[in-house]
Amino acid sequence: MKKILTGTLGWVDDRIPVVSTWEKHLSKYYAPKNFNFWYIFGVLSMLVLVNQLLTGIWLTMSYEPSAEGAFASVEYIMRDVEYGWLLRYMHSTGASAFFVVVYLHMFRAMLYGSYRKPRELVWLIGMAIYLALMAEGFMGYVLPWGQMSYWGAQVIVSLFGAIPVVGDALVEWIRGDFLISGITLNRFFSLHVIALPLVLVMLVFLHIVALHEVGSNNPDGIEIKKNKDANGIPRDGIPFHPYYTVHDIFGVAVFLFVFCTVIFFFPEMGGYFLEHANFEEANGLKTPAHIAPVWYFTPFYAMLRAVTSPFLGLDAKFWGLVVMGGAIAILFVLPWLDRSKVKSIRYKGWISKVMLVIFVISFVALGYLGAIASTPGRTVAAQIFTLLYFVYFLGMPIYTRMEKTKPVPERVTS
Amino acid sequence: MTTDNVNTSRRRFLIGATSAVGGAGAVGIAVPFVASWQPSAKAKAAGAPVKYNLSKVEPGAMVTVEWRGQPVYILRRTPEVLESIVASEELVSDPSSERPQQPEYAKNEYRSIKDEYLILVGVCTHLGCAPKFRPEPNTVTPDWKGGFFCPCHGSKFDLAGRVYKGVPAPANLVVPPHQYLSDTVVLIGEDGESA
Repeated sequence: MKKILTGTLGWVDDRIPVVSTWEKHLSKYYAPKNFNFWYIFGVLSMLVLVNQLLTGIWLTMSYEPSAEGAFASVEYIMRDVEYGWLLRYMHSTGASAFFVVVYLHMFRAMLYGSYRKPRELVWLIGMAIYLALMAEGFMGYVLPWGQMSYWGAQVIVSLFGAIPVVGDALVEWIRGDFLISGITLNRFFSLHVIALPLVLVMLVFLHIVALHEVGSNNPDGIEIKKNKDANGIPRDGIPFHPYYTVHDIFGVAVFLFVFCTVIFFFPEMGGYFLEHANFEEANGLKTPAHIAPVWYFTPFYAMLRAVTSPFLGLDAKFWGLVVMGGAIAILFVLPWLDRSKVKSIRYKGWISKVMLVIFVISFVALGYLGAIASTPGRTVAAQIFTLLYFVYFLGMPIYTRMEKTKPVPERVTS
Repeated sequence: MTTDNVNTSRRRFLIGATSAVGGAGAVGIAVPFVASWQPSAKAKAAGAPVKYNLSKVEPGAMVTVEWRGQPVYILRRTPEVLESIVASEELVSDPSSERPQQPEYAKNEYRSIKDEYLILVGVCTHLGCAPKFRPEPNTVTPDWKGGFFCPCHGSKFDLAGRVYKGVPAPANLVVPPHQYLSDTVVLIGEDGESA
């Protein structure tokens, strides 16, 4: 029996590189031995991606992408399809879970300088994943064709109208109609279930290929490849399989506990994962009294609303779009903003630590402000936090260079 | 591979020509993909004008009519309402409707053909929400004169659809093309012959 198996493997391996791929990416991929809690979120992102792909394929089997039938077909899935409610809640909760783990994954990179040389491309590809994910989340939210789907789409698509000259034509082109209609719904469906998942899977593949080329960073920000033993194996590295595969199973189990708790007990999460207004069918003649995007977009939405005055003869609306776009775009250049001699926050000076705390507070505060109705006072608060958000990034080339850093040890600490 | 006896300039020309022809082909094939996102003939046809009999509207009341899937507000204004419009001259950012948010024939004090009837597209010029009709004075703000209030981002408009100063919306609400077929029947979506 064993002979047949090894024989088959040998036959296949002569034709496609199974063994060397397994070794390169798992059994002989040496990851630093000092990974901590923060290093689970990459694996969890992949788990959630698989969850989204699987449940998404199954939901597509019962969903009807038309203005007339979409809302009713979602109710059909919820009430009549066997376990349809579970598939849908796995998908809708999965969307929020995806952003939770991706935000934490990104924050980990910011903590330990994982975006720094030689991992700039890992970061850039990751940012592209984040962008694709935002588009995916936005378009997916339109599909149930509830009030929030409709008016969310209306507001977000209208944003492009703020671009001078071509804005109005662009909006009409995106909608394919003079308003958000079944035509818009259909194309968003197509992009959501085919185009963007393909792009996402491809980008995730590139993300991992790029990471395994340069090797993983670690909480100390030390390059383990600089210290290899006689066999060329990093002294501070351990094979990803079996060490981290087994290690990650535990993290996955903990995550699934939390994930299932949400699915079974709080699938709407008090209106943050599935907004209450979305349980009413889309009505193009009536805007809900309070509209807000889903929680993962609220920090940027708050920035959009924070811009209230025209500038250089262009509308506040246009500058709001610029600030919002800039807040995302600035993340792309993070590898070149950080000029510190060290990578990890462990060895950076106090200014970097304080700034990181300010950044986290600003981002969370903006997220909160973007979810609630605006008042003049809250607008001022949003303006202050928007400013602090940008100060964190734009000040980085200055404060990372001038602060005194701690000496980095030769070997990773345990 | 040997690089002796290679005619590099011919090779460069061939690479250039292949790239140019291939590029033109790529642009050509992109056209149908990009153009198919434009509103279809069916979507354009659905933008046909709608008729409405104004005698059904009580003085001071507002009705919503659907045109091109968008809400169109028809407000029958009382003399008091018209006075409030004159009074809000100072508060609005484009009192004489300089920006082209209305057909020429509605570029006047009350932004309408007949003073009594205001016809507006109920789509906020900020991000496209439907502003709420709030005619009662002193409700939205203590000095509120009656008007339209957008629930999404707090934009305010007076009862001629003119935008207030200091709100997110940059322009007045749009007056759609319309014409009177008789004293009481209006056709929304089409300019009159004389216009």
